[in-house]
Amino acid sequence: MKKAHFLLTGAAVAMALACGTAPASAQTVKIAFIDPLSGMMGSLGTNELRSWQYAADIANQQNWTGGPKLEVVGFDNNLSPQQSLTLLREAADQGIRYIVQGNGSSVGMALEDAVAKYNERNPGKELVYLNYGAIDPAMTNGKCSFWQFSLDANSDMKMEALTSYLAKNPNVKKVYLIDQDYSFGHDVARAAQEDLKRKRPDIQIVGDEFHPLAKVKDFSPYASKIKASGADTVITGNWGSDLALLIKAGKDAGVTANYYTYYATTTGVPTAMGAAGAGRVKYIGYFGPNTPGNPPQADQVFDGFKKKYNDDLSMIATYTGIALLSKAFKETHSTDPVKVAKALEGMKVQSLNGMVQMRAADHQLQQPLVITTWVKADGKVVKHDQENTGYGWRTDAVLDAASATLPTTCQMKRPD
Amino acid sequence: MEFFVISLLNGISYGLLLFLLSSGLTLIFSMMGVLNFAHASFYMLGAYFAYAIAARIGFWPALVLAPLLLVAVGALVERFGLRTVHKYGHVAELLFTFGLAYLIEEAVKLAWGLSTVPYHIPPELDGPLFHVFASPFPKYRAFMMLVSVSMLAAIYLVLTRTRIGLVIQAALTHPQMVEALGHNVQRVFMLVFAGGAALAGLAGVIGGNAFVTAPSMAASVGTIVFVVVVLGGMGSLGGAFIASLLIGLLQTFAVAIDASPADLLGAFGLHVTSATPLSSVWNLTLSQMAPVLPYLLMVAMLIVRPRGLMGTREG
Repeated sequence: MKKAHFLLTGAAVAMALACGTAPASAQTVKIAFIDPLSGMMGSLGTNELRSWQYAADIANQQNWTGGPKLEVVGFDNNLSPQQSLTLLREAADQGIRYIVQGNGSSVGMALEDAVAKYNERNPGKELVYLNYGAIDPAMTNGKCSFWQFSLDANSDMKMEALTSYLAKNPNVKKVYLIDQDYSFGHDVARAAQEDLKRKRPDIQIVGDEFHPLAKVKDFSPYASKIKASGADTVITGNWGSDLALLIKAGKDAGVTANYYTYYATTTGVPTAMGAAGAGRVKYIGYFGPNTPGNPPQADQVFDGFKKKYNDDLSMIATYTGIALLSKAFKETHSTDPVKVAKALEGMKVQSLNGMVQMRAADHQLQQPLVITTWVKADGKVVKHDQENTGYGWRTDAVLDAASATLPTTCQMKRPD
Repeated sequence: MEFFVISLLNGISYGLLLFLLSSGLTLIFSMMGVLNFAHASFYMLGAYFAYAIAARIGFWPALVLAPLLLVAVGALVERFGLRTVHKYGHVAELLFTFGLAYLIEEAVKLAWGLSTVPYHIPPELDGPLFHVFASPFPKYRAFMMLVSVSMLAAIYLVLTRTRIGLVIQAALTHPQMVEALGHNVQRVFMLVFAGGAALAGLAGVIGGNAFVTAPSMAASVGTIVFVVVVLGGMGSLGGAFIASLLIGLLQTFAVAIDASPADLLGAFGLHVTSATPLSSVWNLTLSQMAPVLPYLLMVAMLIVRPRGLMGTREG
């Protein structure tokens, strides 16, 4: 009797191992987070890992998935594409089927490619890659893949929305472009040039500057140049200290232009710019913590995160990602990546910035975008400050998903 | 004209900060023959110490206390670190300072976290000092210039007009003789190392809030100080001064010039299009190249005149 029991258990274990997709209930699904957790971008990565884990905790408590628990595991890639590929292999060997990454399109594109190749060679062990911040448009156009899902708006979509917003403002006459000298910076500058020419040919581009990435210490010569050009608007894709230093130098040089940025909300920048950016620095993104129309849970999640980690939830795409994944698990009653990926196509969920939809054609999330301004937190319009600076983001405009929708050139190959 | 004057002032003030940063490095090198890789880390420590002190008792005490703390750090490093590895030769010293730079960076991360800290300019120094036509010149930049120039004057006076300065100068070239005359050369070394660390720390105190105080700040200035020292001539204080100003002005003015080799060729009737071989190289503007110009200058200097502008050692 005892022996038979032992055999039965053994068989059950063997079956569970062989199938991989055991019944969806009472099981933990691991999600591999492959992003920098040390070095220059370490603090940002740590914040993002916590954001994923916080969203996963909420999903587990409220049983969004209808069974399986979610667990996000951090892998430190040092922002290196090569290291990310090694980690991808390591995660796959550990049986992890879901990958999330968001810092650097160079890493993102390497992962997108590697995941597609891995899935081709390992049928039955497919991986799904949720990209929450690599925003090179090629990832959902020329190089799109069925296994990749973009949760952030890509840089062309942001520029499309931003330029439509600027085009309506008659005070915008002279625009200065300043970007870091690498692929992303050039993408931003090119998109700004093209879009502005199309929408407002009368706007003068008075500068199109590139400076080396993270090498410039003293931005005062650039600030003097912006000042001398008479620009009323600066558009920049700069991030990190390159952005904070640009804004500080601009204030010292008496630049009165508005800065439209992609990354002024990322960890460290608000602290470094502080009062120097007040009223001038704008941010185009998918979430403003002080948007009046945010769903009620936005405040709850934002405050809860701050209470738990004494840090600000900087990327709500993490919440969107967990919401999408959980819904797909629930709908398919499965955690099988192939079924889940198919279910994600065209899926709509309520995220912290409203209703969002994963477009089936290119796996690019369609979501409303916001334009916000860095102002003193007053407890009413601007309730949430950032990084305890006493300043926060006032939402100036909410642009519906349609205003940032762009056609795609993606020709996706789907599994049968 | 307005642009020229303001760029000139910006270039000089940045150059002076570079000088403050590299003067300690060149002093230490000329005295002890140690190429101190941890020098930029002392700069970072200066900024963080100042941040910690300024948050409690204000910026002005920090301006004095942070460099004094760096004197202690420098003295300890020399006494218990460098002096111990000294007998194993220059490679060991080099490796020691290299490792020290990593240790300091990790320690800073442990103590103050990975992210930027809110170290800001004191309100009394915030705002414009005067206007050049319509362009404001910030008070803080003038303050940075003042501190750097007074430090330069102080070092010069100490080295040439005081007894200890004379001993230091003598120990530079004839350490055995100085020792034979009854001076404690080891202690002189410790003094110079501590003083050099304090100079870097002072640069950190005034540079940390002008720019960004973060764990990556040591790496961001680490290479440029070596360029200054090589350009000026290893061990030459005067050379470091000229090289700092040169780099400050060069970078500032290069940013202003949007011309590229393609424009130059255009003047001779040769037009560069996207079909031209190496078109991306021809179209590089001087402003795009500005931040790498000091390094180009350093390479050129090493080829043409390896001992630098005012260096005395050959090779």
